[in-house]
Amino acid sequence: MSENNNLPANIVVEPGETLTRRFFMTAAGAAGLLYTAALAYPIYRYLASPEEMAMNATAVTEVTLKDAQKLAPGSVLMFKFGTAPAMLIHHEDGRWISLTAVCTHLGCTVQYEPQADRIHCACHGGVYDPYTGANVSGPPPRPLKLFKVAVSDAGVQVSRA
Amino acid sequence: MTSKHLSESLYGWVDERLGLSELAAFARHKKVPVHSQSFWYYWGGISLFLFLVQCFTGVLLLVYFRPGAEAYESVRQITFVMHFGWLIRSAHAWAANLMIFAIMVHMFSVFFMKAYRKPREFGWLSGMALLGVATVFGFSGYLMPMDELSYFATKVGLEIPASIPIVGTAIANMLRGGPEVSEFTVQRFFALHVVVLPALFLPLLGFHLWLVQRHGNAAPPSEEAKPASERKSEPFMPNFLRKDLAMWLISLNILALLASVFPWSLGKQFDPLSPAPVGIHPEWYFMSPFEMLKMIGVVLPGVWGEIGGILIFSAGILLWLLIPFYDNSSESGRRGRRAHYFGLFAVISLLATTVIGYWTIR
Repeated sequence: MSENNNLPANIVVEPGETLTRRFFMTAAGAAGLLYTAALAYPIYRYLASPEEMAMNATAVTEVTLKDAQKLAPGSVLMFKFGTAPAMLIHHEDGRWISLTAVCTHLGCTVQYEPQADRIHCACHGGVYDPYTGANVSGPPPRPLKLFKVAVSDAGVQVSRA
Repeated sequence: MTSKHLSESLYGWVDERLGLSELAAFARHKKVPVHSQSFWYYWGGISLFLFLVQCFTGVLLLVYFRPGAEAYESVRQITFVMHFGWLIRSAHAWAANLMIFAIMVHMFSVFFMKAYRKPREFGWLSGMALLGVATVFGFSGYLMPMDELSYFATKVGLEIPASIPIVGTAIANMLRGGPEVSEFTVQRFFALHVVVLPALFLPLLGFHLWLVQRHGNAAPPSEEAKPASERKSEPFMPNFLRKDLAMWLISLNILALLASVFPWSLGKQFDPLSPAPVGIHPEWYFMSPFEMLKMIGVVLPGVWGEIGGILIFSAGILLWLLIPFYDNSSESGRRGRRAHYFGLFAVISLLATTVIGYWTIR
């Protein structure tokens, strides 16, 4: 042990003594660590509470949007899928498309532009295809994820593809 | 270069710019007197430790607390929804009470050891100011949950400034943010509790601690009477510091035990239309003045009793505050003994009125 290096040369350390001292130091260190952990654990859990709640929310696999079947063609409905923003587009040709609204570049919320027939991200000019979610131009590295859509008389059901 | 050389040259670089070795030399020479009453030297440090606990747990509560109309709901969330929120809130409430207790023990030990005498008058005064700010911390923090108890405690407490002649009502309305305790009151008490009071407390505390460094620990008159050769002392570094930290650890353990075994409760949400709960009473550190005012009210009923009570009370506090200026002799003569009796009188009347106060809760 390094403690012995500090002792003057004329002091003879009995092997038994060294073991006791080493044992004591290890035990004290372990007790200190346990004590710190006992303090840190509740604080960590306390601060992480909203994150855990969000985890429960992201476990969602489908969302029912009441009365969304009345959405006019050429318009969009923004909603939350779990905790993240998502969009439901009713295209002029009658097709229903739903995709995540989080830009794959740096996480801004994207916008559907019916006149230009594109999905645009205002932060850095990323453009996506409003039918497939494909990243068409600008910095986005990946397409937007598509959801499955089921339209009924009561509403629109959006679920993970 | 070996790591030893590296750390030495790094220390040299920093030392040249910040003067660390001067500080280290100062710490090496700092000494603490050793005598039969040395135990009382720990209580300033314990108070400081509990204040640090308050800063830490206070910031943690700040993470979820929402002042104003949502105050009760957010405290309910902290207590029942967030993991270990009950423990953090309980630790904050318990440490607040323990801190006031530690400051009081510190104050009385300073009083009876006569540590307020020249050149430590400013230490005494700044300490009293710190106690004053600490009680306002307690009073304002008590309102934060906006439950029944905190609502009525604040209502009653603000009647004291309201009873000041002429300007009283205006002052009370200013503190309350209107004629009634409401969401505006909790919002401004919150600003007081987390911004204004810390801004007052921290520089005062810095001044207080600086004075302790400058003058060192005071020895009681019985020690001063001994010849220098018979007086004992020990180095602050590391002997006293080690014991100081052990005291901090003991305090933390007691706090953890109290906070987890006796979690602080949360009452019903306040409702101005519901009557005050039976058995409502002030916090223990306000119990004595509350009981004294009640007693004076019996002797001298009505408004005059209130004003008279506040006057007698202010005179007593002023007398207590000015002790370094009329008990300044270093010999323990007759005047010194009189101060001692004054202190005993203060302790006994505080304890007695507190006991009577709790005894007579209906």
